[in-house]
Amino acid sequence: MDAPLLPNRFQSWFASRGWAPRPHQLQLIDHLAQGHSTLLIAPTGAGKTLAGFLPSLVELEARGKRKPGQAGGGIHTLYISPLKALAVDIARNLEAPVSEMDLNVRLETRTGDTPSHKRQRQKLNPPDILLTTPEQIALLLSDPASARLFSSLKTVILDELHALVTSKRGDLLALGLARLRRLAPDLRTIGLSATVAEPEDLRAYLVDQPNPEGRAFSHAVEVSGGAQPDIAILDSEERLPWSGHSSRYAVGDMYSLIKAHNVSLLFVNTRSQAEMVFQELWRINDETLPIALHHGSLDVGQRRKVEAAMVSGALRAVVATSSLDMGIDWGDIDLVINIGAPKGASRLAQRIGRANHRMDEPSKAVLIPANRFEVLECQAALVASKRGDQDTPPLRQGALDVLAQHLLGLACAEPLDALATFEEVRSSETYRHLDWETFERVLDFVATGGYALKSYDQYAKLRKGEDGLWRISNPKVAQQYRLNVGTIVEAPMLKVRLVRSKADGRRTPVGRGGRLLGEIEEYFIEQLAPGDTFLFGGEVLRFEAIRESEAYVSRAKTDNPMIPSYMGGKFPLSTYLAEGVRSMLATPSSWKHLPDQVSDWLRIQQDKSLLPSKDGLLVETFPRSNKHYMVCYPFEGRLAHQTLGMLLTKRLERLGARPMGFVANDYALSVWGLGDLSLQFSSGRISLDELFEQDILGDDLDAWLAESSLMKRTFRNCAVIAGLIERRHPGLEKTGRQVTVSSDLIYDVLRAHEPDHILLKATWNDAAEGLLDISRIGELLARIRGRITHTELPHVSPLAVPILLEIGKEAIYGEAMDSLLEEAAEELVLEALK
Amino acid sequence: MNALTSHLRKYSVAPVCHDIQINGQLVGLHDSGVLWWPDESTLIVADLHLEKGSSFARRGVLLPPYDTGATLEKLAGVMDAFDPARVICLGDSFHDTGGSDRLPATYRAMLTTLQLGREWIWVTGNHDPIAPVRLCGETVDEITLGPLSFRHEPIEKIGFEETAGEICGHLHPAARIRRFGRSIRRACFATDGTRLVLPAFGALTGGLNVTDEAYSLIFRRRKFSVFMLGNDRLFPFTASRLVGD
Repeated sequence: MDAPLLPNRFQSWFASRGWAPRPHQLQLIDHLAQGHSTLLIAPTGAGKTLAGFLPSLVELEARGKRKPGQAGGGIHTLYISPLKALAVDIARNLEAPVSEMDLNVRLETRTGDTPSHKRQRQKLNPPDILLTTPEQIALLLSDPASARLFSSLKTVILDELHALVTSKRGDLLALGLARLRRLAPDLRTIGLSATVAEPEDLRAYLVDQPNPEGRAFSHAVEVSGGAQPDIAILDSEERLPWSGHSSRYAVGDMYSLIKAHNVSLLFVNTRSQAEMVFQELWRINDETLPIALHHGSLDVGQRRKVEAAMVSGALRAVVATSSLDMGIDWGDIDLVINIGAPKGASRLAQRIGRANHRMDEPSKAVLIPANRFEVLECQAALVASKRGDQDTPPLRQGALDVLAQHLLGLACAEPLDALATFEEVRSSETYRHLDWETFERVLDFVATGGYALKSYDQYAKLRKGEDGLWRISNPKVAQQYRLNVGTIVEAPMLKVRLVRSKADGRRTPVGRGGRLLGEIEEYFIEQLAPGDTFLFGGEVLRFEAIRESEAYVSRAKTDNPMIPSYMGGKFPLSTYLAEGVRSMLATPSSWKHLPDQVSDWLRIQQDKSLLPSKDGLLVETFPRSNKHYMVCYPFEGRLAHQTLGMLLTKRLERLGARPMGFVANDYALSVWGLGDLSLQFSSGRISLDELFEQDILGDDLDAWLAESSLMKRTFRNCAVIAGLIERRHPGLEKTGRQVTVSSDLIYDVLRAHEPDHILLKATWNDAAEGLLDISRIGELLARIRGRITHTELPHVSPLAVPILLEIGKEAIYGEAMDSLLEEAAEELVLEALK
Repeated sequence: MNALTSHLRKYSVAPVCHDIQINGQLVGLHDSGVLWWPDESTLIVADLHLEKGSSFARRGVLLPPYDTGATLEKLAGVMDAFDPARVICLGDSFHDTGGSDRLPATYRAMLTTLQLGREWIWVTGNHDPIAPVRLCGETVDEITLGPLSFRHEPIEKIGFEETAGEICGHLHPAARIRRFGRSIRRACFATDGTRLVLPAFGALTGGLNVTDEAYSLIFRRRKFSVFMLGNDRLFPFTASRLVGD
């Protein structure tokens, strides 16, 4: 497999660079030449992107020179990436080989930033290779010209496929692919992916699924792992915190690591952690090393500056959130520091892959746990990494709100045949489960809102003609669609503007017109009162006021922000790592890999209470300061624990145990109240088996959902994606909130009057997998049945200390603000050890 | 029951009010958001915004078509409890000028039933500046009864004679309080003792926080109180305890 596959021009180009084509690059050319869609799994640095483009370049070269004046033949290859920056970056990198080999290939990008005249031209005179994003594909497919535009399409390259398929953007793309296959039946797809747990899922995603029973798969080429990464957990001299997420204790260690390496990348889980670490590093930055900050809320200009400085090698370290996670080559990073919990083995592997883009040299990484439980989590991730285990989530079932959006787009392009479209949609792996009835309801929703009360026929967006085809009722519908396309619904953000402070006793109104610092989540600002200080953009700011869609802030005169800005990690602990942590806890012989502070902590727990078993559930009860606590250790992640905490509290209330509140973190859950919980359990008045019975997911859940703000937030996202309510567009926003219809009100009305509405179904599906994590609670309850161990303690146990310390830091539910808030952490710890 | 009313539920309402004085008159604030004036057996309700759903639907935003039914059903419950001799709808009763014409027959019948045996006054609002069609009742731009004046939009003056005793709607007052790091936002009555702003009654009506600039034109800064709507009771707060959105 060499000469015939790669034309001379390519061979000599490889030779001129002193390279040889890699086997997987040739394999891919071979598979594609035979018409097979193919998944390429390779670690970073394996020449994955070039491999993806080579088959197309070879084919385009064979096409020969176009005669002057001859029209192009439509788009030959689509390249789709999750980030528009990545599309632009790849286009730049691809231009070099194309011009060096003197290939007659036109390649262009198309993103939200592409000027409209260029987009227009691309439709009339399309390039050979178009690099773009899933949203742009949806937009192009809604255009009446799409059939012509894509009729000669040969190849679709999907970059970072493992990341794309985990979200609703992956659903949108799956639907787009199904349509592209119909427009260009000979279409081949290439998926480029990092190592994943279930490659079969991705292979099925890439191809047409003609048979509802059996799955069809693409071909696959796998490049094995490269060098084992060199990962260590920081062994700090400092005392390991019991709780919290700041990692402040290890800032000195971080600084030493930065000094000892050329360029370090410090990954954190949230924006506020990034802020904190950045500020603390600069506090001790005696040598004024160039250390920068990068997160999604910062002003775009500022981010670009950091990225440019990174590429040019001007920086020694960048503190970043997942905004820097993906794909783009940031130059020669020789150390990745992961601060806080890794949350998932695959997530960690991908982050570490940022260091050292040459696959034959090991990437180097240091994990810095922020607290004792995170040490266990880091250790579990380390073991997984050594074994090469992956815990990427399984393939999603396609969301109904995305389907609604897609159907409207298809109808904008051409009259829609319901039955043919149903078959087309079901031919994608993501939507193969869809039944005709649900499809009809979604179509009905798009047409008239899908309400049982049929009163909107006169306002229909889609109408069925006498030929049985559905058409948009007027051109405005297409306009509306174009403004709402996409599946990313941002949390409402406020611009942060710097003004002069009112604190200096000035009586003048807050001044206008300072510099913009970036954007911040509205829900964060909502909990601030004027005068509160918080960290943003590496500075301590004082909140002054909200004016329209801007938060006014001034520079604070303090180094210590009042508002702890940790808002909880975005990613729950993966099931795989949770299992690792549980089995480590249950196996004292494995503790020798842990720092002494941590193994001592576990030994005292073993001595004073019990250790959680691998598959069961440990429940501890103890009195403390006139209250009674129940702490259990499910290790199912914060989202699942919050839902479970709410349900347990409701159920305990019904059983007369008078619970007052609960708090949850990634590992444990604590409920407290005035009644003696130990006595209730030990006397058998309340049975723990009944308390954790699976039926808790029934009525209690339903009652709570009516009021749940999480559910309302999920509904809002679905309503926006499905096109029920319009997206907020910057600049086009109406002022005054009473003008827009709040999605919360719509949710209330819909829930009261049509609880079976298709959009509520979509919301429920989302919540069950997302913010409420109900599926995981279901698995937990099934796992622990008959395996619940209750132990009555005279006082708090060592393992319970971290969760009790969270009280007052995390949101408290139920009747809050009890004496615990005021008690010092040290006191608790002493009590646990006595 | 036909399709239009089968989704409706019965609201039961207790006619228990929070009594306050406005311009020397005793009036009762009710947790449903209506005002009860016992001396005149008059019930006042603001900003029904009927047919808001269909108003949006005309523009291609297909909101649930249940808002009119929900609003009327809630209003029926309140009427049942108070059995007023007179009803004043304080403007924006329909979300747009075509709203009363679009009103489905079933809802028109419901509304007509509610009007039976009572005096009914439609005050015009910015959303519905004309009289509703094919409905009973007298339409006025504003009306003064004894010491109280009823109009949709408040006069943007503070402390003048003409604003004393003003009962109005339009602003959709809502208030937010924060406690223990959590906040709660509800529709509310807002008053400084001389005038009163009613919350919006309609099912799909949002609220404008009373800390907004708009209120500084009718109340002295922080010199007013709100009564936030709760389940079966009202929660009074002075303005200084409230926070913005």
